Amino acid sequence: MSNSATNQGKNITDQQAENITRVEELSYELKVDQVMTKELITVTPETEMKEALEIFRKNRISGAPVVKNDELVGIVSIEDLIHCLQHNDLDSRVAKYMSTKLLTVRNTDPIIEALKLFVNSHFGRLPVVDENSKLLGIITKGNITRGLLAALQHDYQEEEVRRYRASHLFEDIESDRSSLILRYTIKQGDFTHGGAASSAIKRALLRLGASPQIARRAGIAVYEAEMNLIIHTTHGGIIRVEIEPHQISINVFDDGPGIADIDQALRPGYSTATETVRELGFGAGMGLVNIQRCVDSMRLESIVGKGTSLKLKILLHDQEVVGEGITTSKE
Amino acid sequence: MIVSELIDLIKGKLINKNADLAREVKGGCGADLMSDVLASIQPEAVLLTGLCNPQVVRTAQMADVAAIILVRGKVPPQETIDLAESERIALISSPFGMFELCGRLYQAGLHSLEMPVSDPDCSCEK
Repeated sequence: MSNSATNQGKNITDQQAENITRVEELSYELKVDQVMTKELITVTPETEMKEALEIFRKNRISGAPVVKNDELVGIVSIEDLIHCLQHNDLDSRVAKYMSTKLLTVRNTDPIIEALKLFVNSHFGRLPVVDENSKLLGIITKGNITRGLLAALQHDYQEEEVRRYRASHLFEDIESDRSSLILRYTIKQGDFTHGGAASSAIKRALLRLGASPQIARRAGIAVYEAEMNLIIHTTHGGIIRVEIEPHQISINVFDDGPGIADIDQALRPGYSTATETVRELGFGAGMGLVNIQRCVDSMRLESIVGKGTSLKLKILLHDQEVVGEGITTSKE
Repeated sequence: MIVSELIDLIKGKLINKNADLAREVKGGCGADLMSDVLASIQPEAVLLTGLCNPQVVRTAQMADVAAIILVRGKVPPQETIDLAESERIALISSPFGMFELCGRLYQAGLHSLEMPVSDPDCSCEK
């Protein structure tokens, strides 16, 4: 949680590194007054140390600001009490043992400022003041930990809410037949981005509440089709996905060169791909075969010189419907 | 087996640092032909391959692959690393060859998650 862990170059796992990144971001986003303790328990310089001890014990706290005439004059902690006990001096006043070298943070500071002070000093708590140095609260490492955990929890919930909203999309809109259409333009020869559209489609389906199996089938089918557009077309093509509660319709079309013999193209192992394409792990004549295995229906039409159209359908059964949030089975 | 145990087993080097090391690996699949992978691999497998291009990561993502092992100490191009990072799929480089790796993993209890070619069922659980 503390920044020192990264700075000191200790061995941290990648998982931790990932978490620290988000926590660090939050350390800059969260403000001190969002996490500090506002219900203040204070003592005065005239309070006897034995009273202070009793106050700490009753309230289960380990330190308190010392206030005189509404002004912060010091801070007294368990450590000070221990010093006092060593001298068997519990009858003396807080003023004698409190620390007056005060480090404070402002209520509007990000919590990273408090963290820095905690790291660079041995203090366990810092008084929080406003621009007029008026005492507003107190902040401890525990406050920061709890604040960060609450914020992380909140982040997590936001993703859940997003997913929930998407999965209720169709429920919230009234029509005789609602559908969501996603369109992607694929460039010929763009191997670097090959699969980006399929990736987006798979993610959209998962967010809409499709089962992992359905999202996987659609993803694989569209991916093969997307690679076909990149490898075989003259100018690339379009992927159009229409999502309805009961089915996913995928249309992939291009404007050439077209397929001369469709039966031949559908035969496993038949390919016209170049060596370069094969080196990428494609072009072994399995693409269309793979697509066929992943969908409920496939229609391939082509006119040489004009273009090719591939129409796929994946049917969703009751337990798999997307967008209605009724029974989105997640394994 | 989880990804971090897998890395130890193959003397592997994790290339993308943000991968989920606690992810469960249920079996394996080895191929250089991505269409073969898409046709045969079942979810949550580790994919062993000699290919290093970004399509390996895309394929892995589409097929719900748990981790990718690049055989013979191959170092992928930056686009591949970037993609693995954004998809948070573990990309691991191992000094061993394909055969040795398959053997090690099989011996450690990871079995094949490749569907037989003759299987008329759809590889993607239709």
